[in-house]
Amino acid sequence: MTVQDPAPSLEAEQSGITQPAHTPFSMVLRRFLRHRAAVVSAVFLASLVLVCVAAPLFEAWLGTTFADQDLFGRYAPPSPGHPLGQDEIGRDVLIRLLYGGRVSLLVGVAAALCAAVIGSLVGLLAGFYGGRLDALLMRFTDGVIALPILPFLIILSAIDLKKLGVPQTIALSDEVSLYRIVIVVSLFGWTTVARLVRGGALSVRQREYVRAALALGASNARIMRVHVLPNVVSPIVVAVTLSIGHLILVESTLSYLGVGIQLPLPSWGNMLVNAQDLIYSAPALAIYPGLMIFLTVIAFNFLGDGLQDALDPRATSQKR
Amino acid sequence: MARFLTERLLQALLVLLVMSFVVYMLIGLMPGDPIDLMIASDPNLTAADAARLKALYGLDKPVIERYFNWLLAALSGDLGYSRLAAQPTLAVVLPRMGNTAILMACTLLLALGIALPAGIYAARKPYTKLDTLVNFLCFGGISMPSFWLALLLIILFAVTLGWLPASGMAPVGSESFAARLPYLVMPVMTLTLLNAGVLTRHIRAAMLEQLRQDYVRTARAKGVAETTVVWKHALRNGMIPIVTIISHDIGTLFSGAVVTETIFGYLGMGKLIYDSVMGNDFNVALVALLAATAMILLANLIADVAYAALDPRVTFAARKA
Repeated sequence: MTVQDPAPSLEAEQSGITQPAHTPFSMVLRRFLRHRAAVVSAVFLASLVLVCVAAPLFEAWLGTTFADQDLFGRYAPPSPGHPLGQDEIGRDVLIRLLYGGRVSLLVGVAAALCAAVIGSLVGLLAGFYGGRLDALLMRFTDGVIALPILPFLIILSAIDLKKLGVPQTIALSDEVSLYRIVIVVSLFGWTTVARLVRGGALSVRQREYVRAALALGASNARIMRVHVLPNVVSPIVVAVTLSIGHLILVESTLSYLGVGIQLPLPSWGNMLVNAQDLIYSAPALAIYPGLMIFLTVIAFNFLGDGLQDALDPRATSQKR
Repeated sequence: MARFLTERLLQALLVLLVMSFVVYMLIGLMPGDPIDLMIASDPNLTAADAARLKALYGLDKPVIERYFNWLLAALSGDLGYSRLAAQPTLAVVLPRMGNTAILMACTLLLALGIALPAGIYAARKPYTKLDTLVNFLCFGGISMPSFWLALLLIILFAVTLGWLPASGMAPVGSESFAARLPYLVMPVMTLTLLNAGVLTRHIRAAMLEQLRQDYVRTARAKGVAETTVVWKHALRNGMIPIVTIISHDIGTLFSGAVVTETIFGYLGMGKLIYDSVMGNDFNVALVALLAATAMILLANLIADVAYAALDPRVTFAARKA
């Protein structure tokens, strides 16, 4: 089976004639580097990931952990031992920020990927098979979009897992809130990707090379995998990047409301739970976690914007 | 038109019916049921009493049967009592809807008041410094965690400057609109700042698209004043996609103000939904969620009608497909 998608090679040829030194990748990179906010964001996010992954090293260096309390150091201002000070029960703010970053980034990325998988499946099925299935799936998608999402997320996050038949040991473990929020959030986050993939699948389905592949006896699964998905990868990458930012916002909101990430696991959202009561005594405690959320989310948004310019110049020219 | 409306209303009713079932099931999965709560309040109750209470309130029946009982009662106008407020559900929900409507109207007006000029200006002078600045501010608004923005505003206006009350609805004893105004400022400001960013970006994109159309060039060539070209010719066409965004915003605002309303203690639908879900007030949670969904569906319907009003090419027959 040597049926191949002709589009990329043609593009490479054309660019080869006009600009000999440019491969498709270098062109993408060049376009990306022109988006200065996106480059700064990429650097910021890379360093953030690095620092958050290295959080245990900071723990060792400062000689405290994210859960260590020190009731003699409540609201202590920044000091060499606690570079950002201590919170209302004397925990180190810097270390909690780093661990909160691990949780927020992990939840954002994992939920965005889960959502992308669900969305791709729904979109592929709807766009490729069309007809009744398409109508049904798209109606369902429209329905999900029309829901009051935040209240639904709150209810789903508050559901008693034991009533769903989840074993007690799992339902009461520390990490369960992590898995739960990834699942709950991705259940509502897949609609954008589903629409994108459906659109791509619809347009690709009619192309000659897909018909040729069909005539050669390629299975539906192969056509979807080899011809349809590669054609929609760029918009999916952009959508996933943008949704990471959005999902981090959702996660922190749920954690702030007390139904997201549960203590002792710190997250940027749940670090702010007590902030409203403390604004008179310790306003700084309300600043740091929110600032981290804001910077991270805006970085993901700029990164997505830059990736869109780089990967999908056509969409960008339409956007402009 | 009449047929279109009937069809859409029937569709909306169907969606609400499905929703009521789904939400009923979900609420059944929440921790704690009414009998648990009664038992907790009276330590002398035995397990046998609990079982008798369950039978008395029909809680021993399968959940499907309980749902149909609820549905029949609801259709006959009995939506049950609020556990927290000890009032009929409707008496709790309706005033909250009014409060949220006030919040929503102020927010939308202000957000549009910011987004329309900003978006149009950015679209008229694309890729200039000011356009970039507007774009940055929009990204800021989109990326801002609502609860953090609210906290920052409280720190600034209530703690540091002391100009505004940190939370609440009105001073005790006076319910006039003038007395409520200071309490509205910060919630409205929060929601406006959060929503103006998205709106501006959409308005800019829509206007950019319109301003490079042939009819705009023709109008300019014929010597029509620039203001008329932009605000009348282009905006009217540009509004078509924007109406959809606004209608979507109405939907999100109606229930999505959960965080803002909770932080500022503003007694609207968002806070009601949050409090009733957290406080096991199931009757209220169910009705409030359905009301929020109904509002979203209604906003979408209005958007579709507005669509046809703005764009004569769109007919109701064509949009049915």
